Amino acid sequence: MKYRAAIGLETHVQLATRTKIFCACPAAFGAPPNTQVCPVCLGYPGAMPALNEEAVRLTVLAGLLLGCRINPVSRFDRKSYFYPDMPKNYQVSQYDQPLCIGGGVEIEVEGRRRTVRLTRIHLEEDVAKNTHFAGGSGVDFNRAGTPLMEIVSEPDLESPAEAMAYLQALRQILVYGGITAGNLEEGNLRCDVNCSLRPEGRPELGVKTELKNLNTIKGVFQALTAEIRRQAQVLDAGGTIRQETRRWDDASGSTQAMRSKEYAHDYRYFPEPDLLPVALAPETVEAWRQSLPELPAARRARFEREHGLPAYDAGVLVAEKAVADFFEAVVGAGAPPKAASNWVMTDLLRRLAEREMDLGACRLEPAALAALIALVERGALNMPSAREVFAELFDQGGEPEAIVQRRGLAQVSDADAIGALADRAVRENPASVEAYRAGKAAALQHLIGQVMRLSRGKADPRLAREAIRARIEDVAETDDA
Amino acid sequence: MESKAEVEAIDVRYVAHLARMELTDEEAALYQAQLRHVLDYIDQLRELDVEGVEPTAHPSPVFNVFRPDTPGPTQPLEATEANAPRTRAGLFIVPRIVE
Repeated sequence: MKYRAAIGLETHVQLATRTKIFCACPAAFGAPPNTQVCPVCLGYPGAMPALNEEAVRLTVLAGLLLGCRINPVSRFDRKSYFYPDMPKNYQVSQYDQPLCIGGGVEIEVEGRRRTVRLTRIHLEEDVAKNTHFAGGSGVDFNRAGTPLMEIVSEPDLESPAEAMAYLQALRQILVYGGITAGNLEEGNLRCDVNCSLRPEGRPELGVKTELKNLNTIKGVFQALTAEIRRQAQVLDAGGTIRQETRRWDDASGSTQAMRSKEYAHDYRYFPEPDLLPVALAPETVEAWRQSLPELPAARRARFEREHGLPAYDAGVLVAEKAVADFFEAVVGAGAPPKAASNWVMTDLLRRLAEREMDLGACRLEPAALAALIALVERGALNMPSAREVFAELFDQGGEPEAIVQRRGLAQVSDADAIGALADRAVRENPASVEAYRAGKAAALQHLIGQVMRLSRGKADPRLAREAIRARIEDVAETDDA
Repeated sequence: MESKAEVEAIDVRYVAHLARMELTDEEAALYQAQLRHVLDYIDQLRELDVEGVEPTAHPSPVFNVFRPDTPGPTQPLEATEANAPRTRAGLFIVPRIVE
């Protein structure tokens, strides 16, 4: 039978604050275990939380970017459960009065544009991180208390591809807004997914399952693909879907039912008495709205208008905020926009992709790329040599001129020096000269190549070409006389 | 207004399970009776007409108590580990968690 999927996502996004949500511990990733903790985030009895204003501001900004209504009064609740990741035995979250309500995310899949509706965005604290050994589990509280924003979508998504497009669009907007670093390796974006199938044409939704343990966009795609196939098989065989939580297992490429925890969903929410409600004045929200950054679509249009870039270039450059920022910094350092765009789109992005690196990890400075482009524009460096310099800049950083000096790459633009090399190339390759004179144009290329080889790649290719042509055309004239 | 009879009874066994408490039959009976009294008390409140009264979110009418996003001191690892029955490489060690 043909089924239609209904997929909803709960996306946990780590906010780009310096400190945790309820205490002044740093929220930085990667510190040694349990070194960024205090009585509040360790859940000591009697420790009092104090709300980080920046976490509220970033959540409201996210709400404004995604077209949500900002709740005039919002408050925090305790979500009770027992697990070693949360020694207070409750997580501070928001239940019935979240910061943001409604909103949507635009997606486009296979040319079909639509809006995925959001239910809400609420703010909560992250919990500790568990690692499992043979003899026990280890708990690290550095992550506990990190501000998390949970974005809940309606079950509007109909395919794994749409879920992936939704997450990519969401991530792009949030990174542009400076709301999150959006770093997937560091768990800045984590998803719980719910998914149900119903026969084509039936309006009411089927029984859904929840998938956990999804930390990458690709993981969401794979897990949903496997889960939709599984549910279709169960339904085709006349079975029924059980409402349950399933775990995605990367190794086996399938989802497995988690041991059903009795009463697992009785969280007994109640208002957090240690925190006061948040009431945002319209003027405050308006002032925050004014600070919203330029979004990808607007930036793409500006790149076309201001820098005269083709639509294709502008689209590639704005896809990642860091890349767009880098490009603008190169132009800001004096490089012509189209040349800057070519270097960023081809050499820089290709090398980053090859190494599976983020732009932040590369040593190349925008000013250095601008200086490299200037050398090429001035004719002081030919393209093969420029690429060699670029490779060093990418790996080690530094100044292009210094690298050119040290490696002896400066382009030979001295007509006499190139003329001498051209003389030698013509003398040593009489067959090519003959071939050219017999009408074989490719022979010219071979002779120019000889000049480049003799100069060890440093000759200005344009001058090399002129020098060769002058010589073999001279020879031809002499013969005719 | 609901009558007393309509107020749901508290399932002591269920609540004890949520709180991870093991109760003897005697304790369960004792707490069942005590919680009944608590519900009776709540019932008295239900007799009041609160039509048009805003629910209280918090006893004090104070909003927006914020902390600036400025890092402060953290607790030394020795102090943190001093409260842990078992540690290894800075981690608290707990019985293995089966999902």
